[in-house]
Amino acid sequence: MSSRRIGLWALASVAVIGALAAGVVALNLRGEGDLSAEIAAAQPSSQPASTELLARGAYLARAGNCMACHTSRGGEPYAGGRGIDTPFGTVYSSNLTPDEQTGLGRWSAPAFWRAMHHGRSADGRLLVPAFPYTSTTQVTRADSDALFAYLRSLPPVMQAARPHDLRFPFNTQAALAVWRALYFQPGEFQPDAARSAEWNRGAYLVQGLGHCNACHAHRNALGATTGPLDLGGGLIPVQNWYAPSLTDAREAGVADWTESEIVALLKSGVVDRHGALEVASGPMGEVVLRSTQYLSDADLGAMAVYLKTLGDTPGQAPAPAEPPSVVTTADIRGAKLYADHCASCHGDRGEGVPGAYPPLAGNRAVTMAMPANLVRIVLEGGFAPATSGNPRPFGMPPFAQTFTNDDLAAVLTHLRRSWGNRAEPVTAVDVNRYRDGGMR
Amino acid sequence: MELNPLSMVKFLSLALAGLITATAHAAPPFEDTLAQRLQACTGCHGEQGRATPGGYQPRLAGKPAGYLYHQLLNFRDGRRDYGPMTALVDPLSDAYLHEIAAYFAALEVPYPTPQPSTAAPAVLQRGEQLVLQGDAARGVPACNQCHGETMMGVAPAIPGLLGLPRDYVNAQLGAWRNGKRRAQSPDCMAHVARQLSLADIDAVSQWLASQPVPANGKLLTALPEGHKLPAACGGVSAEAATAAGTVR
Repeated sequence: MSSRRIGLWALASVAVIGALAAGVVALNLRGEGDLSAEIAAAQPSSQPASTELLARGAYLARAGNCMACHTSRGGEPYAGGRGIDTPFGTVYSSNLTPDEQTGLGRWSAPAFWRAMHHGRSADGRLLVPAFPYTSTTQVTRADSDALFAYLRSLPPVMQAARPHDLRFPFNTQAALAVWRALYFQPGEFQPDAARSAEWNRGAYLVQGLGHCNACHAHRNALGATTGPLDLGGGLIPVQNWYAPSLTDAREAGVADWTESEIVALLKSGVVDRHGALEVASGPMGEVVLRSTQYLSDADLGAMAVYLKTLGDTPGQAPAPAEPPSVVTTADIRGAKLYADHCASCHGDRGEGVPGAYPPLAGNRAVTMAMPANLVRIVLEGGFAPATSGNPRPFGMPPFAQTFTNDDLAAVLTHLRRSWGNRAEPVTAVDVNRYRDGGMR
Repeated sequence: MELNPLSMVKFLSLALAGLITATAHAAPPFEDTLAQRLQACTGCHGEQGRATPGGYQPRLAGKPAGYLYHQLLNFRDGRRDYGPMTALVDPLSDAYLHEIAAYFAALEVPYPTPQPSTAAPAVLQRGEQLVLQGDAARGVPACNQCHGETMMGVAPAIPGLLGLPRDYVNAQLGAWRNGKRRAQSPDCMAHVARQLSLADIDAVSQWLASQPVPANGKLLTALPEGHKLPAACGGVSAEAATAAGTVR
């Protein structure tokens, strides 16, 4: 190849790379308009915010469960520092208190809006999408301003944000820029004129501040979901809990629930449906504990109206597999372990106890295809969240020190194939895969 | 109808067999009690929180309520590091944690005989010396300076030291020494544990775990009149550190 041709190739490559880079930059800044000028001109307001605005902001902070990530274990509320484990490394949450040096003290309302809506920090840095700005971009400017006013009213806490501990290249702004060009588009919530105001309010809360799809959606290899409308269920990375599909009647779809049942579950963490106890467990228990129990009945009702329309078509149950005619030693072992350790609460026929212990017969949490939550629930045990509607919850003991992987596989397989349940068996490999989850 | 004595006997024995089978398989009737709600605790800590000294899990029954409540908070807020406990208490309210602590504190159940120690006599002697006399040169007070004359604890916040598994006591002192277990500041036990060598900690654990609970051993309701704790402890309120008081 002549040097002239090499030169041409080099030039062409530089041009292509340049064009791609320009494209990425343009995609990263789209929709921002004059926001930078507004931020530059913004003065921290000297006017104290009205009580109404602060109350609204506090309520919205609950709706968004901001505190859950932006508070470290045992730490000051909203002062950040909690580690969030991701497949790309650990992200540390930022300080949302109005401290001048380490918090939002020098931020302005438009800068906060840019973070919520465009995923860019006050200094212009691109934010990592562990902060769910792919959802908060749906939040209105008015709500963003109220939230900011509330955060400004908190006692300032000096606590510098710990730098993220992400692997290369995920720790670079360039990687974030490419990720955002591929998977993020700012967009405010657009009401559906064909639906009721209540439905739209519910959709706004679920898709926006509620950021339900941060867990209830599948993430691809780069950690992206297909957007806030995908509520089809997904395994929460590292935590190893499966956030079931909200669109599928075989998982956690609620199309056939009444609105009041949905409201009750989000309000108190438990609901008795026709004598069968449903419990918000694992990470959803935390959501009820810190967020949804504080929402108004009107907002919970709106969410219920919206959620009911997600699973309009009842799930197609797979053709029930006949229980195997050959009884294996694992089957016998599973039945024996169940009788010894589980039946005293969940009943000889998996019928449970109304108001106390969920039935296992006909329970979607038992029969859904993905067995991760079953493994975690039995190994960790746990309480339903203590809420004003259920202040003294019942608890299940942890069995991590009782069951080997083989034991647990046998007992879970027993649950999934008894009393009319017809789900696939659970293997010791499955148990091993889901047995541990990060917790901070 | 004429009764055939033979078939009568057969019927009765069948009925009896049925009754026995039913009794053997029937779950205990469901009662909505706090004990029922707290099976998540008693699964590991034993029925009525009376874990045996052979295992690892500590006994809960009869420990002072303030102490138990503080430990539940410590697990929740990350001052104690044991994932299974943290996961259990995470979704619970302060009010419920108070109730749980008070429930186990109020249970008066007999203590089992301690497991005989296999430690060398010299180790037990060293343990006894540290527990009963401390080590003034290193600023280590005797255990019974704070934990009660018979080391059965002082209400509301100082736990008893007898009737616990050796491995548990050993692990707690070790964790305090390396910062894995913390208490409300000022953390007096962290100070004590850091003055001890690992051999000291082993000796103390061996001796404490080998001691039977004395016949008159009982949680004290308050420190004796005029007695003052040798160090300030964050878990013990200023009033309780000198006389009867409430948990801070």
